[in-house]
Amino acid sequence: MTLAKRIIPCLDIDKGRVVKGVKFLEIKDAGDPVEIARRYDQQGADELVFLDITASHEARDTLMDVVERVAGEVFIPLTVGGGVRTLPDVRRLLSAGADKVSINTAAISNPDFVREAAYRYGSQCIVVAIDAKNVARKGEPPRWEIFTHGGRKPTGIEAIGWAQKLVSLGAGEVLLTSMDKDGTKSGFDLKLTRAMSQSVDVPVIASGGVGSLEDLHDGLEIGCADAVLAASIFHFGTYTIQQAKGFLAERGVVVRDPIYR
Amino acid sequence: MATVGIIDYGMGNLHSIAKALRYVASDEQIEVSFDPDALARMDRLVLPGVGAIGHCMAELHRLELDDMIREQLGRKPLMGVCLGIEALMAHSEESGGVECLGAFPGDTVHFAGPDDQPDGVRRKIPHMGWNQVRQERHHPLWKDIAPASWFYFVHSYHVVPENAGHIAGTTDYGVRFASVILRENVFAVQFHPEKSQSAGLQLLANFLEWDGAA
Repeated sequence: MTLAKRIIPCLDIDKGRVVKGVKFLEIKDAGDPVEIARRYDQQGADELVFLDITASHEARDTLMDVVERVAGEVFIPLTVGGGVRTLPDVRRLLSAGADKVSINTAAISNPDFVREAAYRYGSQCIVVAIDAKNVARKGEPPRWEIFTHGGRKPTGIEAIGWAQKLVSLGAGEVLLTSMDKDGTKSGFDLKLTRAMSQSVDVPVIASGGVGSLEDLHDGLEIGCADAVLAASIFHFGTYTIQQAKGFLAERGVVVRDPIYR
Repeated sequence: MATVGIIDYGMGNLHSIAKALRYVASDEQIEVSFDPDALARMDRLVLPGVGAIGHCMAELHRLELDDMIREQLGRKPLMGVCLGIEALMAHSEESGGVECLGAFPGDTVHFAGPDDQPDGVRRKIPHMGWNQVRQERHHPLWKDIAPASWFYFVHSYHVVPENAGHIAGTTDYGVRFASVILRENVFAVQFHPEKSQSAGLQLLANFLEWDGAA
């Protein structure tokens, strides 16, 4: 009996629909968020993450509606991110039914926002999203830097020390995306994931690069991640959550096997 | 119509627990309230919560909810969830040491740090995610819930009841801790049933049917 490793499908939301971009170019419609959330829940997803990729004002209301509808019938933890910048943003998302909010860019321009949000709403609902890229030259030991704006804008901030700082300010979980690996389907950046997981006391969710079930396994076992996030392998039906869990369980990873209704 | 009062003292997200209770309710009316008089008239009560116990007890006191809860203990079924389990103990070492509601003799203590675990294995704190609950006794609240079912946890402290007879469920995370406690018509869980999929919903449904007998 022990804590299970978590499998978390990620749903990118654009104007109330789930979409999946292929290297930021071609955006494919992947379906209705409520329907997809319900399907993942039935398959045994341990949590769901919704990322609002438009984040314009009108889209925010649509997002609230999506969160509210999902929360009314899917009873597993829901994390919502994308454009979370102010305490009222956090409050609105929690009121709509989110259990956690993911803070990304706002933490960089104003780390105190993480402290305020954790103080007001509790560390358990504050996830910090960190997008990191290896900036070491060839032959040097790896060194990861935070990038914003979809990986285009360097910040000069070293990723692991930054995560430790945000955790000390009250962040309850780290959602770690490798910008080198995101969209490549070649597996997680295992060195980054492992270094991060061993450097912070709170859980680390690995993201970016999943193309196979082996990748999930490696992220959890070699990368020491507490949870793994994936989108395309689940959205397009390459694998179900059950298949992923079956694969992991056979290799000795502890996963939750829910009793299906 | 039977009424269920969710005690609102300004901490944590009550929408989730209200939504889940409404989802499983047959004809019960689920109400969120901070009015002690209104809550005292409800047929059953839920004490939820997330955050720190010092602030929790201060707010319960400020809103005159602590006395109401103490008076209602033993009169009607009451369920504590997450911080609610901690509030129902006699005392907590969190927030520099806090006197709590005292429904269960015993204390609330912090897990050992990630690098100070009893078996030397590094464990993240908070204990966050899905873990199993061992059913330590037969009880109507466990109806239709498989042994060792998975529930969703998020916490850094755990309760230590003085009376082992009050422990209805246990979970392992470095130590074996009490994850469900039960005494007469008061029962409390460390995990979040409202976020624990089918097992959690079944537990909430069982609570709504429970007449409070042990």
